[in-house]
Amino acid sequence: MSGPATPEQLKREQHLDLYYYMQLNRQLEERMVRLFRQNKIVGGLYSSLGQEAVSVGTAYALEKRDWLAPMIRNIGALLVKGVPPRDIFTQHMAKYTSPTKGKDGTSHFGDLKVRHIVSPISMLGDLIPVMAGVGMAGRYLGQKIVAMTWIGDGGSSTGAFHEGMGLAASQRAPFVLIVENNQWAYSTPVSRQVPVKNLADRAVAYGVKSASVDGNDVVAVYRAAKEAVDGCRAGDGPRLIEVKTMRMKGHAQHDPAEYVPEEMFAYWKARDPIALYEKFLTESKTWDAKTKQEIDQRIERELDAEQKFAEESPMPPPEFAEEGVYCDGCHTIEAEWKRPKSEVTPPRASIEAAWKVESFGGFEDAIEGAKGASGASASRTPSGAGAGNGSKANGSAEKTAQPAKRADEKGKAVAAKVDPERTPFGRGPKGKQGRR
Amino acid sequence: MAQSTMLEAIRQAMFEEMERDPAVVALGEDIGVYGGAFKVTEGLLAKYGPERVIDTPIAETAIVGAACGMSFMGLRPVAEMQFIDFIACCFNQVTNFVAKSHYLWGAPVPIVLRGPSGGVVHGGPFHSANPEMYFVHTPGLKVVYPSTAYDAKGLLKSAIRDNNPVLFFEHKFLYRRIKEDLPTEDYTVPIGKAAVRREGTDLTILSYAAMAHTSLEAAAKLAQEGIEAEVIDLRTLLPLDSETILNSLKKTNKLLVVHEDTRTGGIAGEIAALVCEGAFEELDGPILRVTALDTPVPYAPTLEERFLPNTEKVVAAARELAKY
Repeated sequence: MSGPATPEQLKREQHLDLYYYMQLNRQLEERMVRLFRQNKIVGGLYSSLGQEAVSVGTAYALEKRDWLAPMIRNIGALLVKGVPPRDIFTQHMAKYTSPTKGKDGTSHFGDLKVRHIVSPISMLGDLIPVMAGVGMAGRYLGQKIVAMTWIGDGGSSTGAFHEGMGLAASQRAPFVLIVENNQWAYSTPVSRQVPVKNLADRAVAYGVKSASVDGNDVVAVYRAAKEAVDGCRAGDGPRLIEVKTMRMKGHAQHDPAEYVPEEMFAYWKARDPIALYEKFLTESKTWDAKTKQEIDQRIERELDAEQKFAEESPMPPPEFAEEGVYCDGCHTIEAEWKRPKSEVTPPRASIEAAWKVESFGGFEDAIEGAKGASGASASRTPSGAGAGNGSKANGSAEKTAQPAKRADEKGKAVAAKVDPERTPFGRGPKGKQGRR
Repeated sequence: MAQSTMLEAIRQAMFEEMERDPAVVALGEDIGVYGGAFKVTEGLLAKYGPERVIDTPIAETAIVGAACGMSFMGLRPVAEMQFIDFIACCFNQVTNFVAKSHYLWGAPVPIVLRGPSGGVVHGGPFHSANPEMYFVHTPGLKVVYPSTAYDAKGLLKSAIRDNNPVLFFEHKFLYRRIKEDLPTEDYTVPIGKAAVRREGTDLTILSYAAMAHTSLEAAAKLAQEGIEAEVIDLRTLLPLDSETILNSLKKTNKLLVVHEDTRTGGIAGEIAALVCEGAFEELDGPILRVTALDTPVPYAPTLEERFLPNTEKVVAAARELAKY
């Protein structure tokens, strides 16, 4: 846990920002519930009630240049990134003025050029490798960006989650994954899907740093995210943050969530992130009643105008369905280089194409013993274990250190069974043992 | 001028495109130090370094996903499937995310997914597939399947420069079996254009990839019998060059489609529908097809031979068609 929230890291304006975005998120969604009941929402409506601190606290840790890819319950993250509420209204109402012009609904839209948002996909987990790729490309171009996406407790079971984490970790991509543990994957509790107490523990399998935080404490969420984002930007490799929260509604509007025990709702209702934060702002004298009223009124004003715009917008013309399958030159594809291209072109890019093997893969104790016997160091050329091939960008002393330690522990238990006369290296090169 | 195999032609395209544009990067399993299972990417890592030639974990969804993410940043990644059969592992990423991004939210995905495909070399059921039609059925993708070294090089360059996701199938039987002189200067072959490989008047044989060669062999035999077949190499399956197909049909009035893909749901069916809609009155006979059997690709040479189309099967079908 990241410890109790302390105000000193955030300025007053930032604290008020956090409140503004959380409340904007909630009020926007409450309006959409009313629109849904009036049959003005075309498809399903998914609520992030009770999870506002997750979306807002994490996205608030990003800079303008950073990239994010939201999930269905991360409207708050989009608002923080500067998406106007009208985009959310029009998307849900399938209007021609929406970012996708009616091609898709909900928060399924992106903005590559200005706000750096990648659109969500309903097949969960697929955005993890996509955003790892965004981070890798950003590093390649010298942009010093961080890429962030979210996954639920349910989505953490997908193959794409594991493939993406494996790739991100092996590439040490500047990538932050927020595991939004809202206790329920549709109707199934997390305990019936994931046999570990903390979803953050899954990070261990990838040698990735992780943390679990109280997802209803927006400052705690922000602090954990900021720490991860800063570490990522510094070249520390990917991070995983589990935020524990609660989905306070059903999977979507159609689902009354009768499978959730009443006591569980009651427990989390008492921990409502906005109520908790209002209490904190008052007790820490960060604001007074007048300030709150001003912000609330501003939100009402803004949402009135945005909703009006959306309701008055037209549906797309039918023939628009036939447009846009291919990019026929309608988009310009251009990378934003922040480093000299000469660094990635020959002769500077050229290397010796060979692996540097730093461990022969046996149990560490046995290797240490054999190393003493021969005294030689491993040098059957190849450079850089794993993805890096020894490049600066991918260099990974820290990464290799962690698995080695685990192998040490395991090695002790088994080493006694190893015949000291036999080489423990399988088919490793004779007389060239040792590591580092 | 030294002759180039199709494999060398593809490798040349990779080198030349990476040289031309630092936004071009390559990723895949064993493509770096090892140079790829078929050595298509051999030498790329040494020249362009590990930031541009990325050895990945065995994780096709991650490979395609990362390539897609990189393309959002303005790069033009070329991702290798070690065997194209494994593209099934990332079907969702390709068909639901990559293919739909431009239509849905205006995000072009300029990536190339390339890999060795096809049978004849006894690779067995998991290393011989022709999965092109899954993707021909997916709006937003382009599907390219060349049959010559010249086309392979020119089409791969076009694919890399295209703003859309292109699936680039490389028939592994052709990799080292065909050779030709290639121009020394930069050239491209346009995506979406078929090539007339042999002019003829009696019937049209439509084909692509290894079967284009089989069809040409069959046409040579048919010529000895006095049947002049026009042979068209589709080269691109999506978007399909319907103009070239219909123009040929208007000349020959008979159509035989030959593909190594399995029969049901193969592109022959789509072409038959296209012709019925666009030139039904031109037809002087049934649209026939010679295809692989509707089975997995079997391993034993005797079984695979039975499974695959060959020159004799094409000749026999053409003879039947010529009777109309």
